[in-house]
Amino acid sequence: MSGIARHLFGVLVLVLSAQAVFAQEPSVTVGSKKFTESVILGEILTQLAATTGAEVEHRSELGGTRILWSALKRGEIDLYPEYTGTISKEILQAGDAATINEIRDALKAEGMIVSEPLGFNNTYILGMKKDLAEKRGIRRISDLARHPDLRFGFSNEFLDREDGWPGLRRDYALPQRDVRGMDHDLAYRGLAAGSIDIVDLYSTDAEIEYYGLLALEDDRAHFPRYDSVIVYRDDLEGRAAEVVTAISALEHAITAADMIAMNAKAKVENVPESRIASEFLGRHLGMQTDRRDVGAWERFWIHTVEHLFLVAVSLAGAILIAIPLGVIAARFSRVGQAILGTVGIIQTIPALALLVFMIPLLGIGAAPAIVALFLYSLLPIVRNTYAGLHDIPRPIVESAIALGLSPSQRLRLIELPLAARSILAGIKTSAVINVGTATLGALIGTGGYGQPILTGIRLDDVGLIMQGALPAAGLALLCQAAFEIAERRFVSKGLRIKAG
Amino acid sequence: MLSSPVIELEQISKAFGATQALDRLDLHVEAGQTSVLIGPSGCGKSTLLRVLVGLIEPDGGTATFEGTTITPQSVHALRRRMGYVIQEGGLFPHLTATENVVLMARQLGWPEPKWRSRLGELAELTRLPTDALGRYPIELSGGQRQRVSLMRALMLDPHVLLMDEPLGALDPMIRFELQVELRAIFRRLGKTVLLVTHDLDEAGFFGDFIVLLRNGRIEQRGTLEELVNEPRNEFVRAFVNAQRSTVAPLREDPRP
Repeated sequence: MSGIARHLFGVLVLVLSAQAVFAQEPSVTVGSKKFTESVILGEILTQLAATTGAEVEHRSELGGTRILWSALKRGEIDLYPEYTGTISKEILQAGDAATINEIRDALKAEGMIVSEPLGFNNTYILGMKKDLAEKRGIRRISDLARHPDLRFGFSNEFLDREDGWPGLRRDYALPQRDVRGMDHDLAYRGLAAGSIDIVDLYSTDAEIEYYGLLALEDDRAHFPRYDSVIVYRDDLEGRAAEVVTAISALEHAITAADMIAMNAKAKVENVPESRIASEFLGRHLGMQTDRRDVGAWERFWIHTVEHLFLVAVSLAGAILIAIPLGVIAARFSRVGQAILGTVGIIQTIPALALLVFMIPLLGIGAAPAIVALFLYSLLPIVRNTYAGLHDIPRPIVESAIALGLSPSQRLRLIELPLAARSILAGIKTSAVINVGTATLGALIGTGGYGQPILTGIRLDDVGLIMQGALPAAGLALLCQAAFEIAERRFVSKGLRIKAG
Repeated sequence: MLSSPVIELEQISKAFGATQALDRLDLHVEAGQTSVLIGPSGCGKSTLLRVLVGLIEPDGGTATFEGTTITPQSVHALRRRMGYVIQEGGLFPHLTATENVVLMARQLGWPEPKWRSRLGELAELTRLPTDALGRYPIELSGGQRQRVSLMRALMLDPHVLLMDEPLGALDPMIRFELQVELRAIFRRLGKTVLLVTHDLDEAGFFGDFIVLLRNGRIEQRGTLEELVNEPRNEFVRAFVNAQRSTVAPLREDPRP
């Protein structure tokens, strides 16, 4: 064997053996919802699973129950922390609260396994400021029926859920009409500011103490138990039995007081979830765990790359598809109306809804977000391509025909260059909208500038929100500037200079 | 002189909605002649040129160009033997004067020395200043634009020039200057020209023959003298009188 060949062989052996090593280490993905307690539990699970030597990834802050459940079914995550009440009402859609054994059996049929309870019940409760409750003489939820003027601010999930507001209103015959849906974390601020009177709370929320709230007694036992459990795919036992054993250490190990304390650390003291998790594991389970703290600049860089990736791929796809669609629309008026109508309708679908629609098809992460952003980018480009071509003066088009240019020559040499400015303006619009909309991708696990915004809203941390919002705004401005330069490159000077 | 007609129209009709733009019109144009189409607005004179260049398909009748029937299939090849100039020039605003003129030649694969030398010839012929060649249409004067437009039409050395009011948008001084130059060019090149105008004076100045149209039909075809002295009907007389009332009596050729 020659020297080079020997080297190559050596590299090959290294690569293969490295792959063999990776193949032996099971890779496990933990998911968590976009509220702090779920993120902390997700982080605890991640660090615990990693003690077995498995490759563990934590996809944190993935929207709500439906997103997590679809991701679990599709195998994009292997496990996540959930609550029994949520499983019975939201996932199983059982009329009455199911017992944990009924839940176990039902999920087994779906290929999912439910752990023993972790030890605390985080049910929904209603809360209001103590002084207001005292003044009005309210202690129990049934007391609210006598105060129809109270303003309710509920999390959007609570408003929709069968065990949330719809069922609560029925069971207690509540007369209130001023009921607003808002982000859970924003609701606390509304309460503190006095713009709403009653919010839905989780019983382990740190804010109950922090804001001096009274948790109203559920005197008609409306809310089912929300015992914290771990849900995992049944194939995990075969793939990573040590991980399943490791996480079982959490069963009956977390009390409500533990959880409230951990939530308070995150939300009141702004301690990173990874540190809270490792401290908990060290103190209660005597475990040393690795936690990876990522520096601010590294995080900024990761978010920038993630964000640019979403925008660049979706925009490039949109340009490739939308310009030909615009050309077709301009050439054939009947097909054109259909094309413009269709892309117009796509634009009216709310971004969040479109993202959620994509999950059953494409799962979570970048793929559904890119498809959604791609779809949103179509309209401005198609419309501007169409308009740019359509607005070319008739005599110019006729001169090109009379000169003997073929249809494809006309398109390439005359029509597209004349429409270039309009097409570029369309792409610019798409790019700027894209940069903004891509922040929503964080809800389905794409990362990007939406991640600090999401975490910042959750932790009520304006600085963190700015870490996402400012770069996103900066990127939008940068796009704008880039397209101004592109205009100089792609739009003929003959079209840019003004007459006279 | 018996030469075969370059353009033959037989029973050509074209309607736009209720308007009959061309009504079973017959017209023969001999090689080397300059024929001027004239008539009131909507008489069909521009439509006739657009039928020839294939921008409009007639409802009925046959149009033949150098022995080939003009159809949507055949017209593409025929266009290279026609030069078409319109009122505003129809120059491509994103291309310089030179790029406009040589566009088609380059598409046909002419080597650069060949199109450059042809460009030079045409600039000389149309007396376009050299520095105007690098400018965009928006940077050119109206007269320069029409010179460039004529250069573009002549680039492939077509047999026929079809000109739809080529001087219609120019102010009178430049228009007069260009009329003189244009006629000199026509004579020098010996091309067959079909020119549309609404100005009888201009028609008489350019045309070997004048074709007076109304409602898509030919009212009279002849020299200016024939139209003036032997009008075939009342419309011809009225049209000639209306146009000539402010103009001095017919001159042979008072211009240099």
